Amino acid sequence: MPGSTVTDEVELIGTGRGGGGGSSGDSGNSGGGGDDWKGPSGSARVPQRAYVTGMTIALAGILMFFMALVSAYIVRKDMPNSAWVPFNVPRILWLNTLILIASSFTLARSRSRFLANDSAGFRHWWGVTTILGIFFLAGQVIAWRQLAAAGVFLSTNPASSFFYVFTAAHGLHLLGGVLALLFIAFRPTHRLTKGTATEVVSMYWHFMDGLWVFLFLLLLLGR
Amino acid sequence: MRLSNRNSSSGSAAPAAMLAALIVIMVAATVYVFAANPFPSRPPAAITSVGLLVDHQYFLTLCVTGTVFILSQLGLAYAIWRFRDRGQAAHFTRGNNTMEMIWTTATIVLFLGLGLMGRKAWAEVRFTPAEANAVQVEVTTNQFVFNFRYPGPDGQFGRLDPTQVSASTGNPLGLDPKDPAGKDDIVVPTLTVPVDHQIELLIRSQDVIHNFYVRELRLQQDAVPGMVIPIHFTANQIGHYEIMCTQLCGLGHYRMRSFLDVVSEADYQNFLKQQGASQ
Amino acid sequence: MSSHAHTGHAVVVEPSGFIRKYIFSIDHKVIGIQYFLLALTAVCVGIVLSLLMRFHLVYPGAHLPLVSGGIMTPEQYLALVTMHGTIMVFFVLTTAPQGGFGNYFLPIQIGAPDMAFPRLNMLSFWVTFLAFVAIIAAFVVPGGAPISGWTGYTPLSGMGEVTGPGEGMGQTLWIVSISLFCLASLLGALNFIATTIDLRAPGMTLFRMPLTVWGWFVTAILGLLAFGVLLAGGILLLLDRSAGTSFFLPAGLVVNDQLQPHSGGSPLLWQHLFWFFGHPEVYIAILPGMGVASHVLSTFSRKPVFGYRAMAMALCAIGFLGFMVWGHHMFLSGMSPYSGFAFSVLTMSIGVPSAIKTFNWIGTLWGGKIQFKSPMLFALGFVSLFVSGGLSGLFLAQPAVDNMLHATYYVVAHFHLVMGVAAIFGIFSATYFWFPKMFGRMMSEPLAKIHFWFTFVGAYCIFMPMHFVGLAGGIRRYADATGTTYAGVLQPVHMFMTYAAFITGAAQLIFLFNFFWSLKHGAIAGKNPWNATTLEWITDSPPPIDNFGGDYPSVYRGPYEFSVPGYRQDFIPQNLTPEQAALLK
Repeated sequence: MPGSTVTDEVELIGTGRGGGGGSSGDSGNSGGGGDDWKGPSGSARVPQRAYVTGMTIALAGILMFFMALVSAYIVRKDMPNSAWVPFNVPRILWLNTLILIASSFTLARSRSRFLANDSAGFRHWWGVTTILGIFFLAGQVIAWRQLAAAGVFLSTNPASSFFYVFTAAHGLHLLGGVLALLFIAFRPTHRLTKGTATEVVSMYWHFMDGLWVFLFLLLLLGR
Repeated sequence: MRLSNRNSSSGSAAPAAMLAALIVIMVAATVYVFAANPFPSRPPAAITSVGLLVDHQYFLTLCVTGTVFILSQLGLAYAIWRFRDRGQAAHFTRGNNTMEMIWTTATIVLFLGLGLMGRKAWAEVRFTPAEANAVQVEVTTNQFVFNFRYPGPDGQFGRLDPTQVSASTGNPLGLDPKDPAGKDDIVVPTLTVPVDHQIELLIRSQDVIHNFYVRELRLQQDAVPGMVIPIHFTANQIGHYEIMCTQLCGLGHYRMRSFLDVVSEADYQNFLKQQGASQ
Repeated sequence: MSSHAHTGHAVVVEPSGFIRKYIFSIDHKVIGIQYFLLALTAVCVGIVLSLLMRFHLVYPGAHLPLVSGGIMTPEQYLALVTMHGTIMVFFVLTTAPQGGFGNYFLPIQIGAPDMAFPRLNMLSFWVTFLAFVAIIAAFVVPGGAPISGWTGYTPLSGMGEVTGPGEGMGQTLWIVSISLFCLASLLGALNFIATTIDLRAPGMTLFRMPLTVWGWFVTAILGLLAFGVLLAGGILLLLDRSAGTSFFLPAGLVVNDQLQPHSGGSPLLWQHLFWFFGHPEVYIAILPGMGVASHVLSTFSRKPVFGYRAMAMALCAIGFLGFMVWGHHMFLSGMSPYSGFAFSVLTMSIGVPSAIKTFNWIGTLWGGKIQFKSPMLFALGFVSLFVSGGLSGLFLAQPAVDNMLHATYYVVAHFHLVMGVAAIFGIFSATYFWFPKMFGRMMSEPLAKIHFWFTFVGAYCIFMPMHFVGLAGGIRRYADATGTTYAGVLQPVHMFMTYAAFITGAAQLIFLFNFFWSLKHGAIAGKNPWNATTLEWITDSPPPIDNFGGDYPSVYRGPYEFSVPGYRQDFIPQNLTPEQAALLK
C-alpha cells in the first residue's frame, strides 16, 4: 500500500520533531519518547491503523491463495485430454449470490449507522447482515447436498472438483466472517467506540462478497 | 558513553591476512581445476552440432562469470587486507552515484547480452520442429526402464491401450493387438540410431516423471505422463553412449539407465531387419 | 516528561508463570528465541541427515548407525534427500533468519515495544512447531519418510504407496507439515509487514530503517504472496491423494501394470504452483542474510553502507523479479520453450540487483577500518560465498546450458552455496552479532574464530568440487552412482567432499558449545559492545519486556552514521538529537 505508507511517512516525520531522543549512553530519563507514542500498555500500544493495515495485508494473502486456485482452474480446464465436463452450477447459487450481495449493502448501512452514533440502527443492520451470512452458508450446504443427490461428488470430474474446492475454501473463509460478525454483534457497544473492529470486519466481509461474485462468474462463464 | 573504540588497531593483521589468503587460494584452485582438468571435471565431447553450440555458450558464460568471479573475489580479498584496522580513520562516504550507474549498466549489458546470445543453441532444438524425413522413435519410460519403439516398415506406430499394459507378459507399452499398424512395431530396451541422420524422439511416460538425458548430445528432456514431447538431434559420431534418467522417479531412480548406439546407416538397416524378424 | 503523564509509564508487566513467560509467551523476544531454538534443533537434524547421505555416497555398502536394517537402501537414501531438503529449507533457512532474528530485532530496530499482533505471533510460532512435529513424525510412520524430494513432484507424490515406500503416510505428513508451515508463515508475514508499516518510532522513515529491517520487510512481502500459493497447491495435492480427484494426475497412468483411476490432470501444474512459491522461497532464505551482511559490514568497517538507497532498492528489485522467474526450474519439464526463453532473460536480469549488492558490499569495505570480529568474518564469508554461488546461477539460467547441467551436482553446488551456506553464514553472523544483546553476554571470540575458519574452508571444500562433479555428469539424487559408466572416476572427488563435510559438521560442535557455554560464562556485554548505531543498542542487554523500559526513542538520522567527519566519536546512534550529537563534535 504505497499510498498509506506515504501518509504515514508524513505523519511520522511531523510528530518526530517534537519528541526528544533518548541518549545512547543510558536509558535514563534524559530524553522522552515521541510525543504521540501511546506507551506500551495493553492493546493501546498498537495504533488503530495497524489493524486496518493488517487486514489489508491479510486480504492480499488470501487473494493470492484464491488466485492460485483460479489459475489452476484455467490451466486445468484448457489441458489437452482434460476430461473436462462443463458444469452446471446448482440454481440455488443465484439466490445465495443475491443474499451475499444484499449482505454487503446491509453491512454498509450498519457501518454508516455506527458512524452516525446510532447504536440501535447499527445493531439492527449488523444483525441482518449476520443472518444473511448464515443464510448464504446454509444455501451453500444445500447446493452441495443437491449435487451429491445428483451423484456429483468431489472426484466426479475436474469441474466438480474445482466447484467443491472453490465453494469449500470460500465457505470456510466466510464462516470466519460470520463468526466475526457474531463476535461484534454480542460485544457491548462501549467496547466498540473506536470503530476499528467494525471497520476491519466490514473490509473482510466486502472482500469475501466480491471474491464470491468473481468465483461465481468464473464458474458460470468460464466453465 | 564510550568515546572511542577499545583496542582498536590490535589483532587485525592476522585474520585479515588469513582471510585474504584463503580467498586467493580458493580462486587459484578453482581457476586451476577449470584450466588443467586434474580430475574429470568436464563433460565428454559433444556429438551433435547443437551440442557444440551449447558448449560454445557455456564457454562464453564461463568467460564472463569467470572474470566477474576473479575480479570480485580478489577485490574482496584486497579490501580485506588493505583496509584492515591499523588505527587509521575510515574514509567517510555514503556512496557514489556514478559508480552505481556504471556497474548497474555494465551488468545489465553483460548479463542480458549473455542471456540473449544463448537463444540460438536453445532455438535450434526447441523452436523448430523435426525435418519431415527424420527417423521417429518413441521413448516410453516407466519405473525404472526405458523402452524404445520403432514404427517398423509401415512407418506407422500402432495404437496404445493403457489397459493392456503388462510388462510381465511382454507388452510393456500396452500395444493393442487389434491395430494392424502395431503388428510390425519394434520395441527394444536400448536406442539404436543411424549416424548423420536426424532423429525425432517422442518422449512419454507411463507413470511418474522421468527424464531422457545423454551427456554427449547435450540434450535433456523430462518425460511427463499425459504428454508426448518431441525433441530431435543429429548425432555425428558413431559410438555407444549412456542414457540416464535425471528426474527423481522413485527408489530405482539411480539404476534407471539405457544406452544410445549411434551406428552406420548399413548397421542401422541390419538392426531394423533383425529386430523386425525377432518380434 | 509530560507525554508520559497520561500513560503513566505504563510498563508491560512481565508474566510470572513459567508457561506464560517461556512457553506461550506473546513477547516477540521470547518468540524469536523459540524460533531460533527450533531452527537450531532442525539444523542439527538436517546436518546429521546430510552426513548420512555423504557417507552413503562414498561407502554404499557400509553398515550405518541410525539406519534401520543397517545398510542403507535406495529408498532410505531418497527419504534422507527429501527430509534434508525440507527441513533445511523450511525449518532452518526460513525459520532462523526471519522467524528468529526478524522477530527479535525488527520491533527493536524500529523502536517498537512489540510486534503489531503479539498473539498472532505466538500462534504463528506454535503452528510452525506443529509443522515440525509433523515432518519429524514422517520418519516413524509405516513406510517411512517420503522419497519424492523437497519439491514433491507429482505423480510420484500424488498416488500413494504404489509409487514407492514412503509415498503413503509419510508423503501425507509431508504435505500436512508444509501446509501448516504455509499458514504459520502467512500469519508471520502479516505481522512483520503491519509492524514495519505502522509501528515505526517517530522519525524512523523508510529510508532510515536499517537494511536488516528492509531485508525482513521484503522477505515478509514475498512470504505473504508466495506461501498462499503453495498452500493452495498442497490442498489440491492432498485431495488428489486422498479424495480421488485429478488435479495433477493425468489419465492412463500405469504403475506396476496397474491402470490408475485418474483423468486429465497436469503434472506441470503442480510444478508451476510449487515453483511460483519455490523461487521466492530462495529469496526468503537469503534476503535477511543480505540485510545482516550489509548491517554488519558497515558496523565493523566503521563506514556507512555504500549506496544505502541502492541497497534498499536492490532488495526490492530482487523481491519483485523473484516472482517472475519461477519457470527457470522448468526449462526441460515440457513447458513451452518460448516461455522458457522468456524466463531465462528475466532470470539473467535478477543478476543485476544481486551484482549491485555485491559491488556495494565491497564499496562499503573500501576505505574502511575493518575490525575482524566474528560477526564480521561471517559477513565477509557471506559475500564471498554469495558471489561464488550466485555466478554459477548465470549458467543455469540459460536453457541451452541447462541442457547439460540440469539435475546434476552442479545445481546442488549452486544452490547450496548461494542459498544454503551463504544464508547460514548470514545466520551465524547475526548470532555472533546479536547474542550479546539477546543474552547480555559475549560469545567467546577465539572459539568463534576457530568456528569460522573451519566453516569457511569447509564450505568451499564441500561445494566447490561439487561443481566439477556436476560438469562431468554426476546426477543428483542417485542413491548409488557407482553403476554408471562414468561415475567410478568421480568417487575420489566424492570422498574428498565427504571428508570435508564431516570435518565441517564436527566444527559446528564448537559453535554449539560456544553458544551454550557463553549463556552462563560469557563476559558481560553491556549495552553497546560493538559501538553500533541502531536502536537495539541503546537499550539494555537483554532488553526489558517492553524493549525500551518505557523510554521510547525518536529517530533523527540514518542507520549507519559511522566515522562522520567532525565528530570525536566514530558512531552516532540514530536516536541522538542534533543537540546531543553536537556535544560529540
